[in-house]
Formats: sequence, structure tokens, C-alpha cells
Amino acid sequence: MVSDTSQILVDTATRLFEEQFTAKQRVAAESGQWLDTQWQAVEDMGLPLALVPEEAGGFGLPLVEALDLIRLAGAFAVPLPLAETMLANRILASAGLELPGGPLTLAPVRPDDRLTLSRRDGGWLLSGTAHRVPWGRVAATVVLARCEDPGDDAGQDGQSFAALVPAGQADTAPDVNLAKEPRDSLRFETLLPAESVAPSPGIAPAELHALGAAVRSIAMAGALGRVLAMTTAYANERSQFGRPIGKFQAIQQHLAVLAGQAAAARAAGDIAAEAVAQGGALLPIAAAKLRCGEAAGVAAAIAHQVHGAMGFTHEHSLHFFTKRLWSWRDEFGGEGEWGRLIGREVGRAGADGLWPLVTAA
Amino acid sequence: MDLIAFPPPPDTDVEALRAEVRAFLAEELATRRPQDRSRSWSGFDAEFSRKVGQRGWIGMTWPKRYGGHERSALERYVVLEEMLAAGAPVAAHWFADRQSGPLLLKVGTEEQRRSILPRITAGECFFCIGMSEPDSGSDLAAVRTRAVPVDGGFVVNGTKLWTTYAHHADYMILFCRTGGPDERHGGTSQFLVDLKTPGITIRPIADLAGEHHFNEVVFEDVFLPATSLLGQLGDGWNQVVGELAFERSGPERFLSSFTLLVELVRALGPSPSDHAAAAVGRLTAHLLVLRRLSRSVAGMLQMGENPALQASLVKDLGAIFEQEIPDIARQLVDAEPSQQSTRDFSAVLAHTILNVPSFSLRGGTREILRGIIARGLGLR
Ligand SMILES: Cc1cc2nc3c(=O)[nH]c(=O)nc-3n(C[C@H](O)[C@H](O)[C@H](O)COP(=O)(O)OP(=O)(O)OC[C@H]3O[C@@H](n4cnc5c(N)ncnc54)[C@H](O)[C@@H]3O)c2cc1C
Repeated sequence: MVSDTSQILVDTATRLFEEQFTAKQRVAAESGQWLDTQWQAVEDMGLPLALVPEEAGGFGLPLVEALDLIRLAGAFAVPLPLAETMLANRILASAGLELPGGPLTLAPVRPDDRLTLSRRDGGWLLSGTAHRVPWGRVAATVVLARCEDPGDDAGQDGQSFAALVPAGQADTAPDVNLAKEPRDSLRFETLLPAESVAPSPGIAPAELHALGAAVRSIAMAGALGRVLAMTTAYANERSQFGRPIGKFQAIQQHLAVLAGQAAAARAAGDIAAEAVAQGGALLPIAAAKLRCGEAAGVAAAIAHQVHGAMGFTHEHSLHFFTKRLWSWRDEFGGEGEWGRLIGREVGRAGADGLWPLVTAA
Repeated sequence: MDLIAFPPPPDTDVEALRAEVRAFLAEELATRRPQDRSRSWSGFDAEFSRKVGQRGWIGMTWPKRYGGHERSALERYVVLEEMLAAGAPVAAHWFADRQSGPLLLKVGTEEQRRSILPRITAGECFFCIGMSEPDSGSDLAAVRTRAVPVDGGFVVNGTKLWTTYAHHADYMILFCRTGGPDERHGGTSQFLVDLKTPGITIRPIADLAGEHHFNEVVFEDVFLPATSLLGQLGDGWNQVVGELAFERSGPERFLSSFTLLVELVRALGPSPSDHAAAAVGRLTAHLLVLRRLSRSVAGMLQMGENPALQASLVKDLGAIFEQEIPDIARQLVDAEPSQQSTRDFSAVLAHTILNVPSFSLRGGTREILRGIIARGLGLR
């Protein structure tokens, strides 16, 4: 059962998203515009702090319920780094760093990118390149890095540090995903003051990858719910041969499959949220990302089939969701990467360990 | 309503029970071969069912006064899924535990409950489901078997088809016509039929592999006492529809091919290739999500809700999963399917290939389930 506070928050956020994000804003964002008014509205509501503890300005909601806001943002294709900022604030708060306000992003997001911190003149030097950083060009970046000379104040694994890098401090090569959301390469050779860096207890760069996978899973669940609703509505509105196309059994069967995929993704998103809330176990997050990614492909194909040529236009809103799904399924690891991870773990568990692995996950 | 939101399953601590069931199964099934395990919930063993009953694992959620154990739906779920994952032969008690018993609890008379439920929970009384007929499959409301009121009861004539394990069962829950020919849903009722009643003939039907589990059951002037009417006269349709939510969302709707997945993992060994790891990882991810969905429906049933639509979603997704396991397994391991093979993988693959077609037929076909889902979406 969700708490009352959470229900109020969800209702208010829904209203806000409905008001602030229409096709107009999404088109503006696609053309590269930063939606400052909308960001302010989101920030005024306190949403970027939803995942931080109450003492740090959060709502004090159970983590699972706070993560549901990311699903909601997915359902509205919110063209802002909301999920990234929520996660980044959480990492800053857990490292005891100050929360700067404004949009934040995270780096590295790719498992093979390495960022390092070394001590320099009483402060720190951050170096390395992070590829495809969401909204890297506009947001301050919360970096997780390995420290070459950790000293006494080392993080949990002795080496993981969190650092806050103000926007504009990296050499930036802009790029975008299929939905034209910024995915920029940031090259750091950046001096940071001592107070911007702290050991990161609990979260190492590898875990950042999994956390990212979890929030993308949750967002995909939201987008898939929206795609189902849009497609069902279209099937009831569009008439051919004298009746709504939704009366044709072939279309009904397509929509039933779409509903199954959306339901599976929703459950997978819930699994991911619970895993994050309980400390970030890898196996359920991997399963969630894989399942949502697969659902995204099947569902988007059906949605476009049912929408006909209209859904293939830029004018119709379906693509805001399907392009995000086609991008998000490969961000923070696609089905192949996570499938291999699970498959290797199953291999280690062995045939007779498979079922215990499933029930323990 | 948010049709695709599945509430989190209740957070019941079941690990002690799980360990108990695992220990029981490890001992009871120590010598059961993988190919027998792959029969899943079609495996029939009356002796095994009696032992399960002695453990208190049949009718777990039913009131104690009827021999039940008043445990939660999630505890029952744990027992079911552990049995299926181990390939235990559960068919003898399965139908009564899953649907006939709950039906008796819901609509049965006190006399019917007292005389039958305790025997079910003891693992000594088995049921079969008499719904389908030669001319009535998906269109269940088209049944022709008819019960005509006579002095002191009813006389039944007609033929039931595909009745699983009728030849081992003590009772059938019979769904048939009792009203006029022009009434569709209204004119049907359910009966509790003792299969030893004179006039009932049970004939075997071999499945495509030559195995006998389902039957044709012919009723010729069969007299049923008035006390065998189950629920209200004319209420058969509503009662049957209520049964279906129980029938469609359980772990048997995605674990029927699980033994093959286990043997696939065994055949691939501890360090599978990248390709094999990705395929097995994908199946495992699907399994985690299906299990979550199915446990969520169990939770809804426990709360007294009617998750008919959600149950259809689970069964549809579950059948896809069960049916794709053999296709994926055979691409990862070089082996011909053979029921005679001494190689477990080949034997289990053979059995699974020969059975998967039924997974999207029994309990409501894929197309019918999708029709129910479409109706839930507001398209029909
Ligand atoms: C292994 C096994 C065990 C069984 N055990 C039992 C049992 O114990 N008791 C019992 O009562 N029954 C049992 N059944 C029967 C089962 O319930 C039926 O097979 C099922 O209801 C489908 O009916 P049918 O086989 O007559 O197929 P049909 O209804 O004839 O369907 C044939 C095809 O047509 C499609 N179709 C039918 N109607 C529509 C429609 N309106 N729209 C689109 N497509 C449609 C179906 O989806 C299917 O693909 C069992 C079946 C199997 C395979």
C-alpha cells in the first residue's frame, strides 16, 4: 500500500507534468532548448530531492515510493534530467557533500569509462573522459571516481570518491540519443576544491551503472504505460471499414500483447525500485533492465503498427515515447550485457542452484 | 483503474516453510529422473499426494473445521512453486487444491464441505474438471450436456471431453445445462458428481505422444441426487467464471518447462559462452518477473479481490515463456530430442517439445485470454 503522502505527491506531480509538458515543450527540448521555466517548476516542488533523507531536504518517503516519481516522469516523457538529478542528489547526500540545487547529472555512465582523482594543491584534480553523459552540457556533474592516493579518508572500498563538478568545467562534445535528449562526452582535466570531493560510502562507479539501469527500467515502465494508453485510445478513435479499428480482433490481440509487455515492464520496474531501496542487489536490477528493454521493443512495434501512418509523423506524440524507449533500453546496459551477467551468475550457481537463486532474488 | 499495476506481493516470511518443503522434496524425489520431473504438474502419484496431505500442504488456506490449515495464500504459493520447481508429481491433488475445493468452500452445502474437504486435504480424494465437450471448447457456454430435474434429483446425458485424470478421480465438477435451450449463460449449473455413479463411462484418449492423461466421459441417464447440485440452480456460469481466476495465475502457468531450463543450465556447465549466458540470463530475467506478477495475483486473491484480468495477463505471458524454452535450449545444446535417451537433456527436451503445444490451449487458449485482456482494456 502506498502512503498518503506519496499519493499526494504523485497526484501533484501528475498535475504539474500534465500542465508543464505538452508536445510544444517536447519539441522545444528536441531542438536543443533548455526548459528553464519547467525546470524551475519541478524544482519548486522539491522533486529533485525526493531520494535524499529528510534531514537533507527530502520528503522522507519510502525509497520505493519516491522512485515512482521517475516512472511518472517516464509516462510524461519529461524532457529534463529529473531522474539523473534525483540520483545525483542522493549520492551527494550520502557522501556528505552539499547539494547545489539546479540540474545534475552523473558520470561515468559507461562501464568502460575511467575517471580518476588525485590530490593537487590542497584540492583535487579530476581527469578522464566520460561518454554519453545525460544532459552533460547543462547540468553540474556528480562524478564517481577512483582515487589514486586515497589517504586516510578513503571510502568503503578504499578508493571510491564522489565529486561535484560545476556545469561548464569539462571539455564538452555534445551528442544526443534517438529522442534528442543530450548525451554528451565530457573530458575532464579539472581542478576541484577540497570541499567538492568526499569518499563515497557504498556507491562505487560500478554501482552507479546499476543504479542508472534501475532508474531507466522504472522510466521505461512509465513510458510503456503511456504507450499502452495512447494506443488503446487511438484504436477506439480511429475508424476504418465503418467501425473503430479496436473492434477488429487482430488489433485487439495486438493490444493484449502490448498490455502484457507493459505489465511485465511495470513489475520489472517495481523489482528494480525495491532492489535499489534494499541496497542495490545486482541480479534483480539486471533482470528488470533486461525485461523492460525487451518489452520496449515489442511494445513500440505494436504501438506503431496500430497507429498507422499517423503514428509515423513527427506531429503525432507517439514518437516522444517510442524514441525514448528505443534509447533507454540500451542506456546503462542493454539486454545483452545484463543477460550475460545473469547467465554467468546462473552458471556459477549451477543447475540445482538456479531455483534457489530465483527465489532469493 | 490502472490495469497493468500489480501490487507488491504481501511480505510474508516464508523461508522456514520453504526450507521444510525443499527438505521433504529432496528426500521424496531423490531418485526421480529429470524426464519424469519434466512432466511437471501432469505427473500423477496418489501415494505422493497422500504424503503431501499428511504434511498439511493441501487445502492450506481452508478453514480448520474442514481439514484445512488456515495459512496464507502466499504460504500456499511457496509450497506450489517449490513442488513445481522440483518436478514433483502433484496432479492427483492439484485440481481439488486449486479450484474444486475453493469452489466447494464458496458455494457448497455444509454437508458437501464436511464430507469432502477433509478427504481432499488428506490427499485421499481427487477431482477432475468437467467443462469441455466435443462441441464446446473455448465457447464454454455452448455446453450440451444436460441435467433434467426428476423426482429426488437430476438425470444427466451428454459427453465431456479432455477430462484430465478422470480415470483416477473420485469426483468431477460437472458444468452442464439445466435451463431452456435458448438461455445461454443463465441456463447452466454445476454438480458434484461421484464418478462411481452408474451410467458414467470413462474412455482414455491418447495424446500426441501416446500418453494417457485426458479422457472422454460419457453420461448416459445418470441419476444424480438433488444433494449433488453445487451452488444455485442456474448459477453455473458465474461460478465457473469465478473459478477461472484461480486457474489462470498460479506458478503452474510459467513453470511447466522449468525442468528443461534446469537441464539446459546443467548441459551448459559453469562457464557458458557469452551467447549462451545471455540466453539463459534472459530466460531467468523473464522468470523473475513472471514470478513477481503471479505472486502479486496470489496476494490479490488473498485480499478477496477478483483479478481475472491480471490472471489472464500472467497466463498469456507465462505460456509464451514456457513455450520458448525448448526452442532456445535446442539452439544452445547440440542434441536430438529423444524420449529414450539416457542423456537427461535429450529426454527432457523430447518430453517438453511434445507437450508445449498444450500450454496455450489448456485453461483457456491464448486467443481467448487475449480477448479477455482486450475487453479489460475497453476494446470490446
Ligand atoms: C492437455 C489438456 C488438458 C485439458 N484438460 C481439461 C480438463 O481437465 N477439463 C476440461 O474441461 N477441459 C480440459 N481441456 C480442454 C481445454 O479447456 C480446451 O482445449 C480449451 O478450452 C480450448 O477448446 P478447444 O480445444 O475445443 O479449442 P477451440 O475452442 O475449438 O479452439 C481452436 C482454436 O480456435 C481459436 N478460437 C476459438 N474461439 C475463438 C474466438 N472467439 N476468437 C479467436 N480465436 C478463437 C482458439 O484460440 C484455438 O486457437 C484440456 C486441454 C488440454 C490440451
